[in-house]
Amino acid sequence: MLELNPQSIAFFILSILTLGGAVGVVTSRNLIHGAVYLIISLFGGAGLFVLLSAPFLAAVQVLVYIGAIAILIIFAVMLTRSMTAMREVFNRQWWSSALVAVLLFALVIGGIVLPLWGPNGVAESQPVSDMVATTVDLGVALVDGDQYVLPFEVASLLLTAAMIGAIVIAREDD
Amino acid sequence: MVPLWMYLAVAAAMFCIGVYGVLARRNAVAILMSVELMLSAVNINLVAFWRYITPENMSGQAFAAFVFVIAAAEAAVGLAIVISIYRSRRSVIVEDVNVLKG
Repeated sequence: MLELNPQSIAFFILSILTLGGAVGVVTSRNLIHGAVYLIISLFGGAGLFVLLSAPFLAAVQVLVYIGAIAILIIFAVMLTRSMTAMREVFNRQWWSSALVAVLLFALVIGGIVLPLWGPNGVAESQPVSDMVATTVDLGVALVDGDQYVLPFEVASLLLTAAMIGAIVIAREDD
Repeated sequence: MVPLWMYLAVAAAMFCIGVYGVLARRNAVAILMSVELMLSAVNINLVAFWRYITPENMSGQAFAAFVFVIAAAEAAVGLAIVISIYRSRRSVIVEDVNVLKG
């Protein structure tokens, strides 16, 4: 079904990194370990972006997720230090949560896999063309008046508001 | 290339692992990490659909870029709230924060 070329081997290694890291995040008792697993998982995601020929998003994933968000989480873990090693990792509803997650996964995977047996399922699972838009096109689209300039500005405003809000919330009252 | 459904399956598995983390973990920081996992899975989905279905149109990558912005804002505000709660209640266990519970 799937020939073994370097691309598919890279896909499997990156998928294992991504999913293994995700399982580590959810199950690790020590949150610092959890943050390291999160970095591994996001790094695997960045590799998947490279395989999907979106190198700019891969770079943003490394810079924003790993460089900023993961470090922010590690800071938060350190500031709430006494809570890192608690006895019970999961709450009392963990088994019903697991049931919900497994059912959701079964539902989604059914929706993904069942159309493959349709009339043109296998043909649709390959890219429609090898002409891929580049990072230049992404940059133009983000500031083009006909495309995404308004969402782009709203996103900038949202980031500013979130930054000010985070400072106000976390500031010590005196 | 690797068929599209494999990317979707990896993203779905990652999203469901994140759902489990959000529902079952007790530590607020761990819940935020699980939310980041879910957002990252959504991004993999967006970029995979972009590459396989509309590779000449930028909408998929632009949406993924906006998801990055939302993730950064959510992490900053969420962790600020966690630190603020820890300062007033000496706990980051979500079950201890039940002032609004009816």
